[in-house]
Amino acid sequence: MNSAIKCIEITKFFYEKRSGSGSNGGLLGWGGKKRRLTAVDSLDLEVKRGEIFGIVGPNGSGKSTLVRLISTLLLPDKGQIEIFGLDAVKEKFQVRKMINRVSVDAAFFKKLSCWENLSYAARLYGVPIKEAKGRAIEILKGFGFQEGKINQPMENLSRGMQQMVAIARAFFTSPVLLLLDEPTTGLDPKSKRQVQEFILKVREGHNSTVLLTTHDMDEAERICDRVAIIDQGRFVALDTPKNLKLMVKGEREEVSLEEVFMELTGKGWEEE
Amino acid sequence: MGQVICELKSCYAFVERNFNLVKRYLGWEIVFMVYNIVNALTIGFIGVTQGRERVLYLVVGAMIWGFLSILFHEVSESVSWERWEGTIEYTFMAPVHRFTHLGGMCIYAIIYGIIRTVVLLFVVALFFNLNLQNANFIAALVILVVSSLSFIGLGLIAAVLPLMSPEKGSQATHIFQALLLLVSGVYYEISVLPRWIRPLSVVSPATYTLRAMRAALLEGKPLGQMGNTLLLLLVIGFLLIPLGLFIFNLAEIYSKKKGKLKRSG
Repeated sequence: MNSAIKCIEITKFFYEKRSGSGSNGGLLGWGGKKRRLTAVDSLDLEVKRGEIFGIVGPNGSGKSTLVRLISTLLLPDKGQIEIFGLDAVKEKFQVRKMINRVSVDAAFFKKLSCWENLSYAARLYGVPIKEAKGRAIEILKGFGFQEGKINQPMENLSRGMQQMVAIARAFFTSPVLLLLDEPTTGLDPKSKRQVQEFILKVREGHNSTVLLTTHDMDEAERICDRVAIIDQGRFVALDTPKNLKLMVKGEREEVSLEEVFMELTGKGWEEE
Repeated sequence: MGQVICELKSCYAFVERNFNLVKRYLGWEIVFMVYNIVNALTIGFIGVTQGRERVLYLVVGAMIWGFLSILFHEVSESVSWERWEGTIEYTFMAPVHRFTHLGGMCIYAIIYGIIRTVVLLFVVALFFNLNLQNANFIAALVILVVSSLSFIGLGLIAAVLPLMSPEKGSQATHIFQALLLLVSGVYYEISVLPRWIRPLSVVSPATYTLRAMRAALLEGKPLGQMGNTLLLLLVIGFLLIPLGLFIFNLAEIYSKKKGKLKRSG
């Protein structure tokens, strides 16, 4: 069994209030007319152990829904998800022990200090507190984070720093599968680079598997072994960055991943 | 045994986190405490012209309602709070059983509720120069612990609402709490309520808690004489907690199907 993630024809629908039914459609806002949106559409995916797999696509293309499905926060309407051979729905508790996730919005108790948030995470994941503190400081120092700031309330830290703490929180539990949902969005170029280096280092050092979603084509190209382009809940292409480029290169000397996306979806990058 | 220790450690994560939040929101804690004290004093003063017995009756009502509503609020609002902070997904994808998660929230609510109630009792006793020489404090403590179970059960059931509907669910828990205040005989005997509303008093565990607590604190009744009430409260608690967990589990499945665990809902 060589797969870290295996998704078989997974589908996820959501229901959205129809425009015109009003925000208070139905009794006190309950009920009202709704329409069905397909966020993930019969999607197949296999990520190998130790791989850094990128998913690129515009807002609303289904990237975050896919990550939430894999991280047991959503239940698929159809299909099956296996994490290291375990069913993500039926064996969710075992799956949760193996994964951690960084989301685009650093999810913290903003009034609590950086360390209070980290110690909460350490207790949830069963990491001894002393060990957790050592690991967290080591990771944060690697990002250039001053040790003294560990006792500062999260709300006093910049967005970039908060995101670094979120990354440290995910890494210090030593997950075998890391789900990184746009982890570098909002970071300055230097911090972005540091995070990318760190992801590569973790893969080498801990043999972790990484699923990364991003808007940043350069990032995907730089660190991912394979990349899937997602649009309207479906993969329109999946291969190594090099092969994806070859797919659409034609007579041109060089193409970017962004051009690959436009060519394959018939859309501009910012359209949606 | 190892598994139990692991679960207890995870349980402590929620207790520690919530007390850390209390420290960080200390200003608000003081505001709530002052409000509770002033509220209990104001209610106590209503009884001054009607004699000492009446003051005690009202003050005990205010204190016990304060404790029970803290329990109910802390448990039922735990989901809303995490949603507001934006940490709900992080907590729900952690490798922690929901029983442990909610157990931690309940343990915190009991400790926090007891601390606030003791402070309130101390201040109110000073203010009204209460004579509690005849009070049976051990019986009062037992009643407090036993009735906590039923309020935790009610809180678990109410916590389901914000899980299913982020904003409206939270609004509904407040209405539920207000109804409990109306029907449970907190400041008056339930016999003064309109006949049609009285069946709700019979099913509210707060009715029995208040009755037993007044008997222990005002009349000094021994536990032996309150056996039936305690048994009833225990039975309600033992029915409501598993029912609450069961319903919470169903609501969690529903919210994962509908995508309601997100901050924005």
